[in-house]
Amino acid sequence: MTYKLQFAELLPYWDVLLHGLIFTIVLTIVSTIGGIAVGTAGAAARTFGPKWLDPIVAAYVEIIRNTPFIVQLFFIFFGLPAAGVKLSETAAAFLAMVVNLGAYSTEIIRAGIEAVPKGHLEAAESLAMTRMQILRHVVLKQAFQKIYPALASQIIIVMLGSAVVSQISAEDLTYAANYIQSRNFRAFEVYLVVALLYLLLAIAARAVLRGIGRVIFPKA
Amino acid sequence: MNDFSFWVILSNLLLATRWTVLLSLVAFVCGGAVGLALLFARVSKIRWLDTATRAYIEFFQGTPLLMQLFLFFFGVALLGIEVSPWLAASLALTFWTSAFLAEIWRGCVESLPKGQWEAAETLALSYIEQMRYVILPQALRIAIPPTVGFSVQVIKGTALASIIGFVDLTKAGTMLNNATFRPFLVYSLVALIYFALCYPLSWYAHRLERQFNVAR
Repeated sequence: MTYKLQFAELLPYWDVLLHGLIFTIVLTIVSTIGGIAVGTAGAAARTFGPKWLDPIVAAYVEIIRNTPFIVQLFFIFFGLPAAGVKLSETAAAFLAMVVNLGAYSTEIIRAGIEAVPKGHLEAAESLAMTRMQILRHVVLKQAFQKIYPALASQIIIVMLGSAVVSQISAEDLTYAANYIQSRNFRAFEVYLVVALLYLLLAIAARAVLRGIGRVIFPKA
Repeated sequence: MNDFSFWVILSNLLLATRWTVLLSLVAFVCGGAVGLALLFARVSKIRWLDTATRAYIEFFQGTPLLMQLFLFFFGVALLGIEVSPWLAASLALTFWTSAFLAEIWRGCVESLPKGQWEAAETLALSYIEQMRYVILPQALRIAIPPTVGFSVQVIKGTALASIIGFVDLTKAGTMLNNATFRPFLVYSLVALIYFALCYPLSWYAHRLERQFNVAR
C-alpha cells in the first residue's frame, strides 16, 4: 500500500491557517518589543543598577536560560493560578514569550554594554551628562549596534519556539495545524505545509530585521 | 485520592528524568555523528553537496522543532513503519541537533587561517586527510565551548518530545499534575530538575569560553 499525499484537502481550511499565522506574527512582534524592553532594563540593572539587584536579575536570566520554554509556559499557565494569578491562554502565551526573550536579551544586551570602551563613559561624564543621558546616548546606542545580529537571531529562535504555545490552546499557527489534522486526518500534509510556512516566516523575519537594522544603524 | 506526598511526586519525576537524559544523549551523540558528516559535505568544494547541505540546515534551523517532531511522528508512519514516540523523538532530535552542530562547527573550521588548507594541500594530502590531520584537530579546540553550550539546547529540546507522548520529565510532570492537582509544586520541581541538568553544562561552557579567550 502506498500513501498518496493530498494537499488539496487543506484548501477549505485556509482561513484557519491565516488566523493562526496572524496570531504567531503578532505574538512574535509583541514579545520582541516586550522582551527587548525587559532585556534593556535587566542589562542596565546589572551593569549600572544597585548591587543588591544584580543577583536577582542574574537568577532570573539563569533560570530561564536553563529550563525548557514549555515548562515555563506550563508553570505560568497551570502553576500561577494555584498561586492566585489566573491568566487566559493568550495572556499566558504572551507573558511566557516576553519572560523568555527578556532573559536571553538581558544577557545579549549586557554583553553589548560591556563592550563599550571605558573611555567613552569617562568622556561622557566629563561632558557633564547625567547618568540617564549617558545610558541612552552613549552606552545603549553603541551596545545595540554591536549586538543587533545576535538579538535578531534570538528573535527568530523565539518565534520558532512559540509553536509550543499551541499546547495551552493559544490559537497560533501550530494550533491551526493541530485543529486541521483533527478534522481531515491529513496530518503529514498539514504539518509539512505549516513547517514550510514557519520557514517562510523565518526567512521573512530575517529580511525584515536586516532591513530595520540598516535603517536604525546606517553605516556612517 | 489526594494523598500524594511530596516525596512520591519527586521520586516519580526523578524516575522520568532518566528518559530525558537518555534521549538527550542519543540526540547529542547521533546528532554529532550526522553533524560531522554534514560538516564534511558543507566545507567540501563540491558545489551540489554544499547546496544540498545548506538546504538541509536551513530547513531544520528554520522550522520549529515541534513541527519536525510531528513530521517524523506522522511521516514515518506513512511508510508503513510502526512509529513509537521514542523513535520519532530520537530521529527528529538527531536531525535537528545535527543541523545546528554542523553550522557551529563550520564556523570553527572557517575561523582557521586559509594558509592551513593551502599548506595541507601542498603536502599532497587528500581532502579527508586534510580534514583529519590538519583542520579538525585545530578546529576541535575552538569547537568545544559552543558545543558544550549547545548540549543545553538539546536537553531543553527533549522537553518537546512529551507532546508526541514520550514519557520524559515534562510528560511526567503533566501526568503528576493531573493526578495531584498541585501544578505549582509539580512544575516548580520539573523546572528545578531541568535547571540541575542544564546549569552545570552552561556554567562549564562559559568557563571553557573564558579559558579559551585568555589562552588566545
